[in-house]
Parts: sequence; C-alpha cells; structure tokens
Amino acid sequence: MAPEPLIEFRNVTKRFGDRTILDGIDFKIYEGEVTTIIGLSGTGKSVSLKHIIGLLTPDSGDILYRGKPITRMSRTEWNDYIGRISYMFQNNALFDSMTVFENVALPLKRTTNLKRSEIERRAMTRIEQAELAEVAHKYPSEISGGMQKRTALARAMVTDPQVVLFDEPTTGQDPIRKNAILQMIAHYKKVYGFTAILISHEIPDVFFISNRVLVLWDKKIVFEGAPEEMENAKHPFRDEIIQSLESLQRELTGLYSRRQFKVRYQTDLAGRDDDTYAVLVFSFDNMDAIIAGVSHDAAQQVMRSLGTYLRKHFGAVGGFSSRQTLNEFITILPFSNLEEARRILEDFVGDFRSQGMAELARVFNEKIQQDACFDFSVSVGMAQGKTQVEIESVIEFARFKKELISNFQCETRREPS
Amino acid sequence: MAETPLPPSGPPAAGSRNPPPLIAFFNVFGGFAIRLNNNLGAMAVFFVRAVVLVFHPKQVREIVHQVYFIGARSANIVMLVGFFTGMVLGLQLYYVMNKFGAVGFLGTAVALSLIRELGPVLTAIMITARAGSAMTAEIGIQRISEQIDALTTMRIDPLGYLISPRIAAAVISFPILTALFDLIGILGGYVSGVVLLGADSGAYLHRIDASVDWIDVRGGFIKSVVFALLVITICCFQGFFTHLRRDGYGAKSVSLSTTSAVVISCVMILVADYVVTSFLL
Repeated sequence: MAPEPLIEFRNVTKRFGDRTILDGIDFKIYEGEVTTIIGLSGTGKSVSLKHIIGLLTPDSGDILYRGKPITRMSRTEWNDYIGRISYMFQNNALFDSMTVFENVALPLKRTTNLKRSEIERRAMTRIEQAELAEVAHKYPSEISGGMQKRTALARAMVTDPQVVLFDEPTTGQDPIRKNAILQMIAHYKKVYGFTAILISHEIPDVFFISNRVLVLWDKKIVFEGAPEEMENAKHPFRDEIIQSLESLQRELTGLYSRRQFKVRYQTDLAGRDDDTYAVLVFSFDNMDAIIAGVSHDAAQQVMRSLGTYLRKHFGAVGGFSSRQTLNEFITILPFSNLEEARRILEDFVGDFRSQGMAELARVFNEKIQQDACFDFSVSVGMAQGKTQVEIESVIEFARFKKELISNFQCETRREPS
Repeated sequence: MAETPLPPSGPPAAGSRNPPPLIAFFNVFGGFAIRLNNNLGAMAVFFVRAVVLVFHPKQVREIVHQVYFIGARSANIVMLVGFFTGMVLGLQLYYVMNKFGAVGFLGTAVALSLIRELGPVLTAIMITARAGSAMTAEIGIQRISEQIDALTTMRIDPLGYLISPRIAAAVISFPILTALFDLIGILGGYVSGVVLLGADSGAYLHRIDASVDWIDVRGGFIKSVVFALLVITICCFQGFFTHLRRDGYGAKSVSLSTTSAVVISCVMILVADYVVTSFLL
C-alpha cells in the first residue's frame, strides 16, 4: 500500500488577473523525503511553495496536510501546521535593519519562551554550521550574497522545523558553495529527519540529494517520480530543461552528469558484440566525519579536486567519468580488459599517492583550523564489463570489490583533553 | 492556395461603446465610493487587530524602541517649530492687541491658541512629516522585499510585530511632544512679545496662569491622542498594503504610498481637529 502523503495538491489552480500560473495541478509530498521541483523560470514553482506555507491561497482545488485541507483548518490546527514548516525565500527576505545574529534568533525570540542564553546558544549553533560566525554582528548589506543566502538558511533551520521549503537555496552561489549548500541540506535532513521541498536549477547535482522530482511545465506537473526515472521521460521538458542546464554543469565541473554518462555509454559501448570495458568505482571515505568536523564546503572542495584528478588521468587514456553520489565517482575504460585496466589503475594510484593525495590534503588543510585533525582515504573497486551485460550490475560488482588505495593520516593529533 | 482572411465574428468586446455620460459618472463615482468604503473597512479592521495585539509581554522592548524613534528623535524639530510658532503668535497678537489696548492679554491669547489648537495640530503634522513618512517607507520596503511574508512564515504576526508597537508608542509620544510644543511655544511668544516688543513680563505670565484651565489642557491632550491614532494608522496602513496599489509597483509604489500617507494624514488631522473641537466646545 502506498504511504499516505504528507502534503498533497489536488487540482490546484491559481491565477493572477487574467494570467493562469497553475492549472489544476496535482502532486504529493511524502514524509522524510527530499522532493525537488524543477521547471523554467516563471512556471509557478515559487507560487506552489507559497501555497503550502499559506502566503497564497488557491483559486480552486485543495492543498491537504495529512489528508486535511489547510484552508479548512481551525486556528489551533493552522498554528500547529505552520509551526512545523519553515520557508527559505528566493531573495532571502532578511531583515536589513537587523544583524545576522538577530535575523537568525528572531523566530526563537518571538515565538518561544526560551531563556535568552538558550536562544543565543541555538542561534549561534546554526550560524556556526552555516560558517557565518565571523559576520554574526554584521548587517545583511555588509555581507556577500552567498553569506546572505546562508543566513536565510540558518534562519530557516533555527526552529528545527519538520518540513522545510527551500526556494532556490543555491542561487547566487559559486559552484563549490552550491554543492556545499545542497550537501548541507542532505546532511541536516539526515540528522534532523525533516521533509524538504526544494526548488533548484542545479541539475544534476540536486538529484544526488533528491528522492523525488516534480517537473512543472506549462502550468502543469508533467513528471513526478525518482530522478533516475526522469531520464526516460518522453516530454519536451527533458530537452529544454535538462540539456540546457547540464551543459552549464559540465562547463563548471568537467565531469559528465549521470545522464550524459549513460548516453556516452550507450553510444560507445551498449549493443556492440563482445566488446569489453572496465568499470572503476572510486569513493571518498570519511565524508560524514569531515562534514561534521570541518565543513560542507571543505568536503565539496576535496570532492571537486578528486573529480578533476580523475578526469585528467583517465580522460587521457580514453576513459570517461561521472559523479554518481555525494562521495562516489565512476570511470569507464572502454575496450579494456581487466588486466589493462589494472595497469592503468596502478599508474593512477602511483601518481595519486605521490601527487593527488598531497593536493587533496592541501585543499583540505586550507579549510581546517590548525589544531583540528582528520584522516581520509580513497577506495576503488574494479570490475570487467561486457557490452551484453547490464552496466548497473557491473557497477554494483565493482562496488562490492572496493579496496583502499590511498590513506591520508593527520600528522599532528590533538591530545585528548 | 491563398488564405482568405476570416471576417470578425462574435459579440463586440465589452466596453467598445462609450456609456452615456450619466452612467459614466455613476461608474466613476460608484467605483470611487466602493474603493473608499473598502479601504475604510480594511483600515478599521487593521487598526482594531493591531490594538488588540499591543497587550503582549514581548511588545515592551519594541514599544520602547518606537517611543525613542517617534518621540525622542522628533523632539528637536517639534521644539524648533514650537518656538518659532510662539514667536510669530507673539508678534502678530502684540500688534493686534496693541490696537485695542489689550497687550496685557497677550499671554492669554498665545497660551490658549497653542494649547487648544496649534500645539496638537502642528505637532501632529510635524510628526507625520518626520516619523510617519519614514514609517510608511520602512514598512513598504519590508512589504515589497517579502520581509513581511517572512514574518508570517515564522509564525510572527506582522501586525503585532510591526504595527502594534508603533500605535502604542504614538499614543505615548504625541501628548508629550504636544506638551513640549506648547511650552516652547509660550516661551517663543514671551521672547517676541516681552523681550523684543516690550510687553510686560509679569502680565504675560500672570494672564497665562489665570486664564488657562485644565479643561483647555484636557482638550489638547484628547486631540493629540486622536491625531496619534489617525496618523499612525494611516501611515502604517499605506506602507503595509503598498503592494496592492494599482498605480505603481516596487519602489514606485513605496514612494506613492509615502506621499499618500503624508497627504491623507495632514488632511485628516485638520478634519479631525474640527470634529473634536466641535465636540469639546
């Protein structure tokens, strides 16, 4: 039996004057999931989110929370409902006459009876998690756009909401920060277990953290499902949205997206008779410890460096790579058997141990304080693929065979206090 | 094959024919009356809800902050205007009374004019110009930059957070500033009438003491409270609903709202002054 949706749109229509923005849309949001809404600008993504938080009401149709229409809730039910939801605005909506700290602390000050010291503690925890401690006393106009975004994120998280609506949380961020923010959302979701609804253009990065994707196209929801299902969707949005945004993504990272990776595989290898290829699965271990101990930003920076290193090394011998999850890359070496692949990998490991690991350590050390110390390692699994065999099973087998190839140990350990 | 253009079909578009002048007049007048009625109703609801939300323990700090902004920061300009208003009164009344040999009543005329009429009215107009316009602009900017929506999403009632403290602060500040205006105005009248023109100092002060009753002071106090409620409600209402204006959007709507707030407030101060005075007399 399908789980009961947490939030459901039933035939919701919204017009502004003569202009119809949402035309009888239906979709469901499930508890504990990250649902991403994508679509071109001006297609009603933000309007949909504003209906959930009650800033807009539909002209017709219903929005249900746990099966109950929110427009027919009693005052107590409404207060309870709205108290569980937090909203991060597209333009941040920070109070420009308040400091960063005051902005983050405001919801606690006005809606709880917590002691001042407790409010300060909670607000500062969020500020530190968002790497804003140094600018906590500054006004929004005195900090960068990226910092303002993170201030809005910290404010949205400070009340420990059960449902968080993120309206383009990565807009205006540099590529590293974009991934860091997405990762921060994924991390918070894991720690606090909230339900997230996200509007983002960061395809495919946003898919790494999304359980489900909704596509708004021409006032309607034209796709609702898992990110990987979207690649098979037959609809004009696929070309319009995905390809245009992916080309930008590739420009920024140099790696293939999952979809492009699959297309390259299909073009070069699938369906050929008796050709072999090798699959290498690289994973960056200790990611969670680094996120918790240092920052999302540092983890992203290191992952990006590793990706660049893989692309340079294996691209030179005809391989192609893609980032598959938050801490995993996959490389395919076409027309190579296991023996050839092993030799190429040995070369890579030699180079990586002598130069690559040092580069990662350098990036990593720039991000941590002098007295902090973290170990990290890179593992690789290898498997032989055949063109007649499903690539997913080959990748799975390579994952199973993973072993450590390089380990970085911090030289100066902190003395236990 | 060349396409033949289709002839126009269907009923003529609505409004394609001009209505008769009488109907057009009632259209315009009726539309105006309905909008006015809606706005007055909305403003009444806005005011009542904001007043109810004044009585909340978390408001104290905000009210103190607003008393500082509306009251303390307006004191200088109110004193300056009060002083010169008193001087002009002293000057004009001296020459008028001198014609009737009644210069001894200069103190009475200056004090009663200020306490009963000019003090509350001019103070309210000065506060409108200084604090009311700033309030409209501030709230308007908060509206167009979604800060007010952000409050709603944080379960903070925007009326309670933004409007209620301002209403409470205005009710506290207006009478105090009016009293200050009256006092400085009487001093201004003394400077021009006594120091510069040579009226008798003792007569000036004695006539004030003898002729000013508590009923005069009470009238001025009532007026200042009425003006406070009017000015703050109008200025806050204009800012709060700046996004609903039909004659401008964004920054333009904020500037239009600020202008409207000042103009409507000033007009309403004078209208209310007449109404309250007629009840008090």
